[in-house]
Amino acid sequence: MTKAMWSPGETQHEDREYRGFASFDDPEALSYVDSNGNPNFALIQQTDEFRSLRRRLTMFIFPMTVLFLASYLTFVLLSAYARDIVSIKVIGLINLGILLGLGQFVTSIIITLGYARYAKRRLDPQRKLLAEKTGVEE
Amino acid sequence: MPTTGNPVLNLSVFAVFVLITLYIVYRASSRNVTASDYYAAGSSFTGAQNGVALSGDFLSAASFLGISGGIAAHGYDGFLYSVGWVVAWLVGLLLIAEGLRNTGRFTVGDVLAFRMKQRPVRAAAANATLVISFFYMIAQMAGAGGLIALLLNVTSKTGQALLIAVVGMVMVFYVLVGGMKGTTWVQIIKAVLLLLCVTLMSIFLLGKFGFSLSAIMQQATENNKLGEAVLDPGAKYGFSTMSKLDFVSLALSLVLGIASLPHVLMRFYTVPNASEARRSVVWATWTMVIFYLCTLVIGFGAMALVGTDTIAAAPGGENSAAPLLAFRIGGAVLLGIVSAVAFATILAVVAGLTLAASASFAHDVYANVIKRGNAEPRREIRVARWTAVVVGALSIIGGIAANGQNVAFLVSLALALAASANLSTILYTIFWRRFNTTGTLWSIYGGLGSCLTLIIFSPVMSGAKTSIFPDVDFAWFPLGNPGLVSIPFSFLCGFLATIFSKQEPENAGKAAEMEVRAISGIGART
Repeated sequence: MTKAMWSPGETQHEDREYRGFASFDDPEALSYVDSNGNPNFALIQQTDEFRSLRRRLTMFIFPMTVLFLASYLTFVLLSAYARDIVSIKVIGLINLGILLGLGQFVTSIIITLGYARYAKRRLDPQRKLLAEKTGVEE
Repeated sequence: MPTTGNPVLNLSVFAVFVLITLYIVYRASSRNVTASDYYAAGSSFTGAQNGVALSGDFLSAASFLGISGGIAAHGYDGFLYSVGWVVAWLVGLLLIAEGLRNTGRFTVGDVLAFRMKQRPVRAAAANATLVISFFYMIAQMAGAGGLIALLLNVTSKTGQALLIAVVGMVMVFYVLVGGMKGTTWVQIIKAVLLLLCVTLMSIFLLGKFGFSLSAIMQQATENNKLGEAVLDPGAKYGFSTMSKLDFVSLALSLVLGIASLPHVLMRFYTVPNASEARRSVVWATWTMVIFYLCTLVIGFGAMALVGTDTIAAAPGGENSAAPLLAFRIGGAVLLGIVSAVAFATILAVVAGLTLAASASFAHDVYANVIKRGNAEPRREIRVARWTAVVVGALSIIGGIAANGQNVAFLVSLALALAASANLSTILYTIFWRRFNTTGTLWSIYGGLGSCLTLIIFSPVMSGAKTSIFPDVDFAWFPLGNPGLVSIPFSFLCGFLATIFSKQEPENAGKAAEMEVRAISGIGART
């Protein structure tokens, strides 16, 4: 597919296809794909399966992003503005700041693995449901 | 001191390595026929292969030479780079990788222009890619020059300039021959070698000090002028209000910029599906965590065994910490190996960068803006190759100008540019329905323009004795890294421009398609 190279007229073309499929006598199972075999994205966007997938995705990624950015910025701001605290020696010469920094490594691993697991359990099955309903595969 | 072994031996280890990789590139690329093969390796790599290649894009000269050097010279303040590099992967994993891969094909422009007016947005995306890649390339060139200067013990500036030029030409040659598939294989091979190299060095160092990081630090503090204070924040960034802000600004650019770099974004296209894209980021994260843990050990190890003053006096300055440490613990052979790996690292990263830059020009500007989508693929590839030559030549000149600066620091400028121009725009376009062409152009040019302006008028360019142009002074912006200002500014530009311009109802179909594709992967590869 050459998606990167449409001509300006193509959008209108797809709109016409869309109207064509709104007619009542078309079987519903077919309506997610137009006569050229292209997915009808506007209809897919309205399905419960898609909405649920989008909700599941955003429910994970945005809170996690806030979480890791907050944790990283805590490390950075403490290093810049609370130097007495991060300079406290904890293990031998290793101070609290180095440990906080290494803590970021640990949270990064946890979030990465957490996301991989979440995607496998909650996102991929939902994608499969959507693909089954619409008859459109990746 | 320091003699760095026998230049002939160093050079032979390294020449053998270069020839082997060139051979691999040649073999891998013998079936480089379509544009998709050239730019995205026909999307044929598995998640694991791609993940290692992805980390290869990041385990660059900046990471290996610059960060270990930064830690060896400034202790705690250098360690910030390690942390930033690791955490930045989460931005790529959670926010960018899958959506980008599902909606784009070869370049950043594919995604940004997806539901916008094609020509202006593609041109803007290509401009941003070229500027960012140019800054990133300068750092790699400077790193390569310093490294070879150290190997051959070349101390004159003219000699080093000549080395940078030769090294640069070898690298451009790689891209011309290899394309994305060749580049990916070089990335994979060199990432594995580099990882082995740093891991073994770290284990050796830890073993030497009874597996105690504290013991390494103990000896390190004895070889640094600051003593124990080098383990606390402030060795590089000092204690003034502005220097603290500079520290925060650098931290922000690191975490937001890395996953916004064009050549990293492009790497997400070389996998066959979204779950492989995800898998590749998971792989990359593991590789990264191990690698950056090692930089901590190697950095303090170099401070302990070589000493900060010796490092600063060597050709290549701070960037020489890791090779000097290798020489100290393993003699000429280990120096030869470490240098060869570091060189291959730079080579591969530059190849990836040149490719990203040339793809964005050939694919976005030539094929879609100039030829309006009707370019013949063979001609498009030819344009890509010529762009590679031009970008290579420009960055050789830039690299000569920036010779001697810490490469991790130089890279942080490219990161600030990437975060300013790309991150806001990509996030808006994937996650905000209302976002439109006006908003896209404002957030790209607003971010890129403000960032570039602030870099030019910062102490990095002029006014201080560590500046690129130390003899003149036109600096009025106090921070060395502009990210703290320019990144929020680009988000604001994109937001305001979208709010105050009218919606583009004619693009509703495209917007629906983009959202469905980005989130579900439907229709991404048909």
